[in-house]
Amino acid sequence: MNTHFFGDTAVLLGRSMRHITRSPDTIITTAITPIALLLLFVYVFGGAVKHGSEAYVTYLLPGILLITIASGISYTALRLFTDMQGGIFQRFQSMPIARSSVLWSHVLTSLAANLISVVVVVLIAVAIGFRSGAGALAWLAVAGILFLFTLALTWMAVIPGLTAKSVDGAGAFSYPLIFLPFISSAFVPTATMPGPVRAFADNQPVTSIVNTIRDLLAQQPAGASVWTALAWCLGILVVAYALAMVTYHRKIA
Amino acid sequence: MTAQLMTAQSPQAIRVQGLEKSYKKVRALRGVDLDVARGSIFALLGSNGAGKTTVVNILSTLLKPDAGTATVNGFDVAAQGAQVRESISLTGQFAAVDEILTGRENLVLAARLRHLKGVGQIADDLLARFQLADAAQRRVSTYSGGMRRRLDIAMSLIGNPPVIFLDEPTTGLDPQGRLEVWQAVRELTGRGTTVLLTTQYLDEAEQLADRIAILHHGRIIANGTLAELKELFPPAKVEYVEKQPTLEDIFLAITGDDRTGSSDSAACGDRTER
Repeated sequence: MNTHFFGDTAVLLGRSMRHITRSPDTIITTAITPIALLLLFVYVFGGAVKHGSEAYVTYLLPGILLITIASGISYTALRLFTDMQGGIFQRFQSMPIARSSVLWSHVLTSLAANLISVVVVVLIAVAIGFRSGAGALAWLAVAGILFLFTLALTWMAVIPGLTAKSVDGAGAFSYPLIFLPFISSAFVPTATMPGPVRAFADNQPVTSIVNTIRDLLAQQPAGASVWTALAWCLGILVVAYALAMVTYHRKIA
Repeated sequence: MTAQLMTAQSPQAIRVQGLEKSYKKVRALRGVDLDVARGSIFALLGSNGAGKTTVVNILSTLLKPDAGTATVNGFDVAAQGAQVRESISLTGQFAAVDEILTGRENLVLAARLRHLKGVGQIADDLLARFQLADAAQRRVSTYSGGMRRRLDIAMSLIGNPPVIFLDEPTTGLDPQGRLEVWQAVRELTGRGTTVLLTTQYLDEAEQLADRIAILHHGRIIANGTLAELKELFPPAKVEYVEKQPTLEDIFLAITGDDRTGSSDSAACGDRTER
């Protein structure tokens, strides 16, 4: 069964990467909302936000990256949904291949597509004044957390991708994820929020992930937020993966 | 290929016994039995919702039956899924081709997934065989319905699987596309491939199949050759039906265009065989 896993996954990954290179609009669409938010907050609202000493774009970037990933994975669901609808998913599943490679190729494609979008957004941020003195190790840690976050949300996206009845349904699950950073420390410090909102903001996953990335980029000791962030990412990943597998086995014998 | 050799002695390419399947409260299959001989074209005829796709999906290991057994090319679909998948290919209800890839890339993809050597040559041969060579480098999204179906069937032939499932291969095609698909299916049996095809079109079963089974509400209610099925019904009888003049007849009569030999230019008793 698994003798062909890597070969088959590579072939199928090549296929879906070709989809991305031939319709780069999905990358552009993924990056355009976060970039617009970045510009809006830096040049319009940012002046009114009391956040600390660094440039506001530097404060803002971690949250914007999470929004980028959250909107990127709606395309993961969409690509999977399209394969389900078109029947090509069934075709692959009825072929003598390692069956799990069909899902894994979608997951790897999602990681690659999100990596491209994240790099585009970071470049724009650098262009408008984002600076970090962080060393290679800190950047590596940031990349690792973003990778885990993308992987967790990707497996979450597999579920609507397999079960959605319409294109809108396949993409809609990502809207709450895109808005989650607004009620977190991504745009403003949570200390300014009224009690119950602050309690939610302080204890939802985005805040700990944003704080960790922000501290790593600012060369600050991240403290406990690293472990909270990692726990959230791994927790979401495990639950999403388990649910995705249950959904998958319900679809395919 | 080893799978093919190992079971070449078994006379039946497909054996289905007592197959049952329910979706929640809907009983899609209520005990289906059928045998398909090697190298034959077998048509599963039925209206929408009769359970045709369910049978095909179970045989191609995409669905598990609730009860009953099925073997394809001598392999049990429940216990030997991987060997079954080596032996078959499935052409689903909708042309399952990749729209963003070119026709040739689709074929190369299927050949790679079947772990074959010389994938480029395989793709080019099939493109030529299915009259798609001119469109080989075009994206499939620009193809007509008939071309997509031909590509779809061509993808199914890669690796020469001994058993091919065609689930409603001509649904949604225009008459020209239908004829193209029929031609492609007929060519298959010349090569010894077993074809199980589902259709809701009576003439399609009549045109293509060696044997026809009628699936109705999850049961096979008739199974035989076309001649055998015809015998189930009362013999042909001759009836006389009054034939009214058509507008054309009237037009020709009153304009006085006297075409000799126009046998049905007036109301007359016309024989209709039923």
